[in-house]
Amino acid sequence: MLRNEGALNVLLLAAVVVCALSVVTSQHKARKLFIKLQNEKERAQQMDVEWGQLQLEQSTWATPARVEKIAAQQLQMQLPGNGQVQFIRVEPDGRVNRQP
Amino acid sequence: MNYAASAHQNITAKLPGWRATALFAALLAGLLGLLGRGVYLQGIHDDFLQEKGNARYSRVIEVSAHRGMITDRNGEPLAVSTPVDSAWASPSDAEADNSQVRQLAQILGMDAAEVKKRLFDTSRDFVYLKRHLPPDQAGQVASLNLPGVSLQREYRRFYPAGEEAAQTLGFTGQDDNGQEGLELSLQEQLAGKSGSQRVIKDRRGHIVEDAGSLLAPKAGSDVVLSLDRNVQHLAYRELESAVRQHKAKAGAVVVLDARSGEVLALANYPAFNPNNRGKISAQAMRNRAIADLFEPGSTMKPFTVATAIEQGKVRPDTLINTEHGVYTVGGKKIHDSHPEAMLTVAQVIQKSSNVGSAKIALSMESETLWQSLSDSGFGAQTGSNFPGEASGKLRASKTWKPIEQATMSYGHGLSVNLLQLARAYTIFTNDGELKAVSLLKLDAPAVGKKVFSDSTAHALRDMLEKAVQPGGTAPLAQVAGYRVAGKTGTAHKLEGGRYVNRYVASFVGFAPVSDPRLIVAVMIDEPDNGQYYGGLVAAPVFSKVTGEVLRALNVPNDAPLDNVIMPTDIIVEEV
Repeated sequence: MLRNEGALNVLLLAAVVVCALSVVTSQHKARKLFIKLQNEKERAQQMDVEWGQLQLEQSTWATPARVEKIAAQQLQMQLPGNGQVQFIRVEPDGRVNRQP
Repeated sequence: MNYAASAHQNITAKLPGWRATALFAALLAGLLGLLGRGVYLQGIHDDFLQEKGNARYSRVIEVSAHRGMITDRNGEPLAVSTPVDSAWASPSDAEADNSQVRQLAQILGMDAAEVKKRLFDTSRDFVYLKRHLPPDQAGQVASLNLPGVSLQREYRRFYPAGEEAAQTLGFTGQDDNGQEGLELSLQEQLAGKSGSQRVIKDRRGHIVEDAGSLLAPKAGSDVVLSLDRNVQHLAYRELESAVRQHKAKAGAVVVLDARSGEVLALANYPAFNPNNRGKISAQAMRNRAIADLFEPGSTMKPFTVATAIEQGKVRPDTLINTEHGVYTVGGKKIHDSHPEAMLTVAQVIQKSSNVGSAKIALSMESETLWQSLSDSGFGAQTGSNFPGEASGKLRASKTWKPIEQATMSYGHGLSVNLLQLARAYTIFTNDGELKAVSLLKLDAPAVGKKVFSDSTAHALRDMLEKAVQPGGTAPLAQVAGYRVAGKTGTAHKLEGGRYVNRYVASFVGFAPVSDPRLIVAVMIDEPDNGQYYGGLVAAPVFSKVTGEVLRALNVPNDAPLDNVIMPTDIIVEEV
């Protein structure tokens, strides 16, 4: 009886030590993962900023005024005049109907 | 020799008993004191030590949230915030020799003396050297690595559409808060709230643990406007060329979706570049289409006539005696520029007869006319929620004298803003229903308020179509391939309560008549190049904007392409 109790105590002590060590390692792991997460978040934010800048850049290059100027002056394009545009109506069943 | 023995006998070896007791008590008291202090510090009053401990590893960091984006109805960005760096200094920590100050000044593009003054102004703890630096400049400042000089991340707002929508969008101040226009009225939705977070940092300054969020950051939400960037561009371009051509003081164009009341374009000229606001004049900043009032002139006539038809006083083909162009009310004479003996009600609109309009108005109670104008949205806010919107004046009918009732019927003695006028025309495009205007994109068209019956609205639509055909006042408003309808307006400007010989030319119309999609309202302020009639100055702008926008929106033609017939002589209205 007494011997059994002593063995149990040793077993519990061992369990406590194992638990304590695993707490330490999991804490360490958690911190490492957290640092990773933090880095990824930062990267996401940077990308977000870049996305905004790219959107801005794209829309600045694509200003109607600029497109119009380049089309007319560099590419010698012009708006189609009256009579050069034909409207084609696509019916719901897929048939194509030319407008008079 | 009993020396030793005698010595031993001389010493009394016994200590008094109380000394030991006293020492024990003192030690015990000291121990209790320490224990008590320990319990006090660790258990009862532990904040102080907690705080000291936290200060060694825990930090509160700012989590920034940026301002939401404003886009047009198709998702094209109209206002975007992007981070920039501001250079600031803490003068008490600043250390730099003369060559470093010169280097810094060169990077910042500032005067070296000015930089030096700011850098060593020890009366202040914090001073901005330069705000909103481009990324490359900020990098150079950081690489100088001067003590006491730091960079702070801030946001700056950019407007890709530039001056085209400047007054409508407005702008933000240095701290990214809305100051004008939609930026101001949508501040609630757009503004981001930066939050803070408690974190645990290790020896090297890396964040190792999240110790809980103190205040969650809230990013500003994006706002989708009803504006269409392409339509806005077309409206602005045509407006600018018309204002220049007529040497006018200013002008504005409003394009509404005729079915939903959404504002597709709201352009003003003169304008400013919101991306580079060195000096902006108050003139360029005004959103004239909303903030400026003017007397509408003949563009009001359709509402007078519609009220009379609704009341059963006249029919479109009722003949009105137009008295050969001169009619006296209360001792004052009303003139027509094209005197006629008799005109039908439809011709009163077509030829813009003041006499005819006055007679129709005087056939009704003043109360009835007032109610109808008020129901059409005059004298009230449009519902755009735009800051600084002028609601216009419509005096109570009890104060109207007969001559005033007569002049009001053709748009004198009351004032409107252009958006209000454009909105009122939704009545004619929506079978008598007045729509609320919206600067935000609507998911479903708002339900309007029925002002006139379907048949009255259709009758007016036909009359307004005749006004742009030969024989009307606005043949220059015609558009190839589309049926259009509309009304010209020309009015003297009021200055200090008196009419002066400067004019506001306007035109409001819609197209295509068979199934209206657009309402376009044009206002040109003080045209000064020989012409000032709405039919000559504003109608051509309407024609160009409407034609181009209808094509841009892929609206099918509802008329043959050779439908434009120019008369040799254009009828102008009396003002």
